[in-house]
Amino acid sequence: MHELKMKYQGKKMAPAFNAFHTFLFTPNETTHGGTHVKAADDLKRTMNTVIMALIPVLLFSMFNAGYQHYAAIDAANGTPRSLSFFENFLTWDNFWIGIIKVLPLVVVSYGVGLIVEFIFAVIKGHEVEEGYLVTGMLVPLIVPVDTPLWMLAVAVVFGVVIGKEVFGGTGMNILNPALTIRAFLFFAYPTWMSGDKVWVHGAVERAGGPDAISGETILGSLAQNAEVSYSVSDMFFGFIPGSVGETSTLLILIGGLFLIFSKIASWRIMLSAVIGSLVMGLIFNQVVEMGWITETSKFYGLMSFEFWKHLIVGGLAFGIVYMATDPVTGSQTNRGKWIYGFFIGFISVMIRVFNPAYPEGVFLAILLMNVFAPTIDHYVVQANVKRRMKRFKNAVVLPKDTDGKAEELKVETV
Amino acid sequence: MALLSKKDANLIKDPLADNNPITIQVLGICSALAITAELKASVVMAIAVMFVLGVGNVVISAMRNIIPSKIRIIVQLIVVATLVIVVDQVLKAFAYPLSKTLSVFVGLIITNCIIMGRFEAFALGNGLWRSFLDGIGNSLGYGIILVIVGFFRELLGSGTLFGFPVLGDPIEKTGLYSIGYENNGFMIIPPAALIVVGIIIWVQRSRNPALVEEN
Repeated sequence: MHELKMKYQGKKMAPAFNAFHTFLFTPNETTHGGTHVKAADDLKRTMNTVIMALIPVLLFSMFNAGYQHYAAIDAANGTPRSLSFFENFLTWDNFWIGIIKVLPLVVVSYGVGLIVEFIFAVIKGHEVEEGYLVTGMLVPLIVPVDTPLWMLAVAVVFGVVIGKEVFGGTGMNILNPALTIRAFLFFAYPTWMSGDKVWVHGAVERAGGPDAISGETILGSLAQNAEVSYSVSDMFFGFIPGSVGETSTLLILIGGLFLIFSKIASWRIMLSAVIGSLVMGLIFNQVVEMGWITETSKFYGLMSFEFWKHLIVGGLAFGIVYMATDPVTGSQTNRGKWIYGFFIGFISVMIRVFNPAYPEGVFLAILLMNVFAPTIDHYVVQANVKRRMKRFKNAVVLPKDTDGKAEELKVETV
Repeated sequence: MALLSKKDANLIKDPLADNNPITIQVLGICSALAITAELKASVVMAIAVMFVLGVGNVVISAMRNIIPSKIRIIVQLIVVATLVIVVDQVLKAFAYPLSKTLSVFVGLIITNCIIMGRFEAFALGNGLWRSFLDGIGNSLGYGIILVIVGFFRELLGSGTLFGFPVLGDPIEKTGLYSIGYENNGFMIIPPAALIVVGIIIWVQRSRNPALVEEN
């Protein structure tokens, strides 16, 4: 590898070889300029930490893909199965479905995405950036399990080129690339991205036949005012149908805590997004309680859904922990993060309830707030400047009659 | 070029590429987004704009010495409005379904910035023949982008071109559809046109870096 790298040094293909080299070995270059900061948490380390936080989710999702498949078949045969973690969840049969359905998604997402990254690095003559490592892992986790692989490939090309490279590559993008990919899939191929079939493996192929099985998510059933048969613990631990990796709130919570303690993700965004969604959920609950809508209303199912349960079904938790906290597309200022996160939660739940066609409003809410993040930051910074200017003026105008007061002012202006 | 002098030929050639009304001057975007979901509508729209702009430029150019400059915008509006109504009526008479698809956008040719822009910038200061060529050139430049965008959007979004199924039948699962291909619903909605236009702008500017704006 070293030899290859040396051989191609300065040539057009150099970035490609350098990328493989730095991925496998410590770079053999040192910085040349004057001052530089030495820190362990470089881009590669940051990305790897996020991927580590995603591994449990991925493993769980592989088992869950199989479990949901067999559970749906049992349910269709009239023998609803009860969950027993070791007997019918953690089995090879389930894991096998995960391997043949989930692993190809991961491979395609990484393969196609990295090819695009390499092509752009070679054309532009910069180094291949690590930015896709996380995106490539997020993408397979936020699509339905039966997504055709070529669709995923098309969407990844679109997302990486339009969502990221046109803005100048990693760190320059306005929109979260993984969510751009998800949004592209949603609008391009709605039949594969929504509805009551796609969430469980096999439900699409079997549709209409004698062995048809249901693939409805909880939010989907609620949007049709149907009964939900899953218990709260099922929802929390993730034994429910949904996009590949979004179901297990517990593992997402663990991943989120891991990210917070390693200081990769912002706890402010996560906390405020949770608050935002709870507030919106509470408002809707109140509307139901006041009797402003009747049971025949098409919003009844989702509006009467207890407010805290919004956090444990659907992609809200996953979106808050892994998507909203993206340091590139989110707000940068601390106060901005509170506002940004709050509106993500608030709007997510609002979209869920008011537009039954998009029960997964989370990705739309996050994309929308991505767009507004720089604006929020701008006003936060402006407000800060204004406040300090005011403080500065006061400090000058006030008479300095006593020592104590002068000292006080000094402290304030520093 | 015996027919046109070099200067005149440039009036037609420039707007086609290096001074394209859509990709360089970024005018007339709204109609480019709205009606390009089908190739047929794009072509008809291009022809309609060509008629309005070609004739309108000549009319304005002929009147350029007698229009008081204070009311020139009103005069221009009247000329465009007259021509647009003619186009609209012709479409309604001879191609009713098409005029349904184009709906309000034929009427909105009036507000197409390209037309008023050319009246102001060119026809008011140039002779009849040159104004005519300029009108044709700019509407061709507009039309060519419309057709390119329409081509990709119809091909990828509906799998047809001019309404003919070129990729097979999505319901019978023939042609490309037999191997699992599906139409891209995203291309049908207007934001896709914005992205396609953006890609054209990107390609054009990376081929000719002189076009990249300073910022």
